[in-house]
Amino acid sequence: MAEKKRGWKELPIGAIIDEAGSSEKFKTGDWREGRKPVLNKDKCTNCLLCWIFCPDSAIIVSNNEMKGFKYDYCKGCGICANQCPIGAIEMVPEEE
Amino acid sequence: MAEDLIEIRWHGRGGQGAKTAALLFGEAAIDTGMFIQAFPEYGPERTGAPIKSFNRLSKKPIRLHSGITNPNIVLVLDPTLLKTIDVLEGLEKGGILIVNTHKSPKEMREELSVEPGILVYTLDASKIAMETIGMNKPNTPMLGALARVTHILDFDKMLESIERKLKKKFRGKPEEIVSKNMEAIKTAHKMTKGEE
Amino acid sequence: MKVVAKTANEAMAEAMRQINPDVVAAYPITPSTEIVQIFSRFVADGEVDTEFVPVESEHSAASACTGAAAAGARVMTATSSQGLALMNEVLFVTPALRLPIVICAINRTLSAPINIHCDHSDTMDQRDSGWMQFYVEDSQEAYDSVIQAVRITEEAFLPAIVSADAFILSHSLQRIEMLEDEEVQDFIGEHKTPYSVLDVDNPITVGPLDLQDYYFEHKRGEAEAMRKTPPIIKKVDREFGERFGREYGLIEEYRIKDANKAIVVMGSTAGTAKEVVDTLRQDGEKVGVVKVKAFRPWPREDINKSLEGLEYVAVMDRAEGMNGFGSPLFTEVRSSLYEIDKRPDIYGYVYGLGGRDVKPRDLKKVFDDLKKVESGKKIERVNYLGVRE
Repeated sequence: MAEKKRGWKELPIGAIIDEAGSSEKFKTGDWREGRKPVLNKDKCTNCLLCWIFCPDSAIIVSNNEMKGFKYDYCKGCGICANQCPIGAIEMVPEEE
Repeated sequence: MAEDLIEIRWHGRGGQGAKTAALLFGEAAIDTGMFIQAFPEYGPERTGAPIKSFNRLSKKPIRLHSGITNPNIVLVLDPTLLKTIDVLEGLEKGGILIVNTHKSPKEMREELSVEPGILVYTLDASKIAMETIGMNKPNTPMLGALARVTHILDFDKMLESIERKLKKKFRGKPEEIVSKNMEAIKTAHKMTKGEE
Repeated sequence: MKVVAKTANEAMAEAMRQINPDVVAAYPITPSTEIVQIFSRFVADGEVDTEFVPVESEHSAASACTGAAAAGARVMTATSSQGLALMNEVLFVTPALRLPIVICAINRTLSAPINIHCDHSDTMDQRDSGWMQFYVEDSQEAYDSVIQAVRITEEAFLPAIVSADAFILSHSLQRIEMLEDEEVQDFIGEHKTPYSVLDVDNPITVGPLDLQDYYFEHKRGEAEAMRKTPPIIKKVDREFGERFGREYGLIEEYRIKDANKAIVVMGSTAGTAKEVVDTLRQDGEKVGVVKVKAFRPWPREDINKSLEGLEYVAVMDRAEGMNGFGSPLFTEVRSSLYEIDKRPDIYGYVYGLGGRDVKPRDLKKVFDDLKKVESGKKIERVNYLGVRE
């Protein structure tokens, strides 16, 4: 399971991260405390305010359309639901 | 320390050019192949306040970086300093005192109780400066006096060097300011008086 | 080559002009103000291509410099005393990011009491920050060292502070030999950078959070970089010597070979000490000087080789370590000597704080003290030279 951590001689110079997009490996979805956002596709107007306001990159957008959530990166903060001008996003208990 | 080392102390007031004189003399000495130091009394600069500046000259590289306490030569740019500053401090037998004053060297020796063995020279540098430059800037005339008294530098070479430096310093100012300063130095060189 | 008269401030500013860095971000402070003032004139007159950033504080200067270096620029700045102290937070970042920057530092004491004059407490405050530190004896060495430092920092990928004594050097006109602009450019060569945050083809993250799992490894790597600097410094110094005839070493030995007593000292006082040694040698005394030029990296091997076999050594600190014992140079030298068998009896001297003048007679007194020890008398292990009791 656990990735083998590199020794000091194997690290890139200057404590940099030399791999682009490595934050994808860091799944923050398990930070959610029991509530997750769900989308009501019928109400959604694809204004994409949720995409703008999401502090991570948990909103899936394709062809300018809101498609749903990447739950691996959603911390359940609820900002998207709060910002949605027409109430198309609802925070619901995790079990549902 | 090193026997061929010459140490000079300049007394003036902030704004009179004691520092510039030390720098000009130092640069002229470099142009004649010598090693030098030129430094002001370290610290905040205040117009009118008594200040000191210093020179070290040698034919060999100078490694000493301490202050100068026993100069071989002392120059006083402003005679009003004589009342408040001990310009003779650290000046030992064989030393030289050069004062900007209308008084004679003999009068100066009596006034300051200069001990025998120290040579006294005087020059009315302020008067020369007024007549040539048109301002009381006694620093360049005092350079003429220094050259006359000490023969440390070849006078013609020193003149060449100073003229070059002044042209740079006064770049953009009327050209005559340089020629007037040069005239002041040459006049001072002639007028400097020692004791009979 | 041309012979000119320059103060250390002027000499360092001229070196900066000839180096022509990409970025200089600076904030003025006595006594290093002139360096930046003169350099800003070079910028205004178009004599350099530098992007000059007149920032609002030294913290910002260090930040802008570090950022510019991370972007791949050749970067320099200048400061002193409180300015260097205000940079402190950022100064730990620069070497950890392995960025080559050169600071021209004029050694001025730290407040309080407030004082603008020379001692080494400002750079000593940075001794664990990961910057190389070079202390110079005169204007010539200040000029040469700044030029050398560009090469050294870009081969080691660590930043360096080149420091010269406040006023004693910064404001003292001296004879120096300046190189031609092309010679300097040819010596420093193309700018080398470990990475560039602006390289969009190779995207990287600079300065990310680094917790228990990797911080230690990154620090270990940084420490290794410093360990590897001595041969780099020596190589660059040797090449400088071959080309231009002046070489300095990590340390300089002066009349040490047959000496039984020596003074270890940094900065302008080394010159005064050499004069004192020459005088004492005329009286037949076997005395010498070891000038420490590189304080970081600490030149342990050179120091040990130099002091091994000597009988009495006085280490001169122009800073108070406030550790209740000895000051930084003293404790470093003493610690190094622990590993050699024939080690000298060693004493510490704190001197010249706040610009207190150090005269030849003061340094002669130090040798006199060592003579007393030789004749069986006891003296304090750590002493204060030239302070009123």
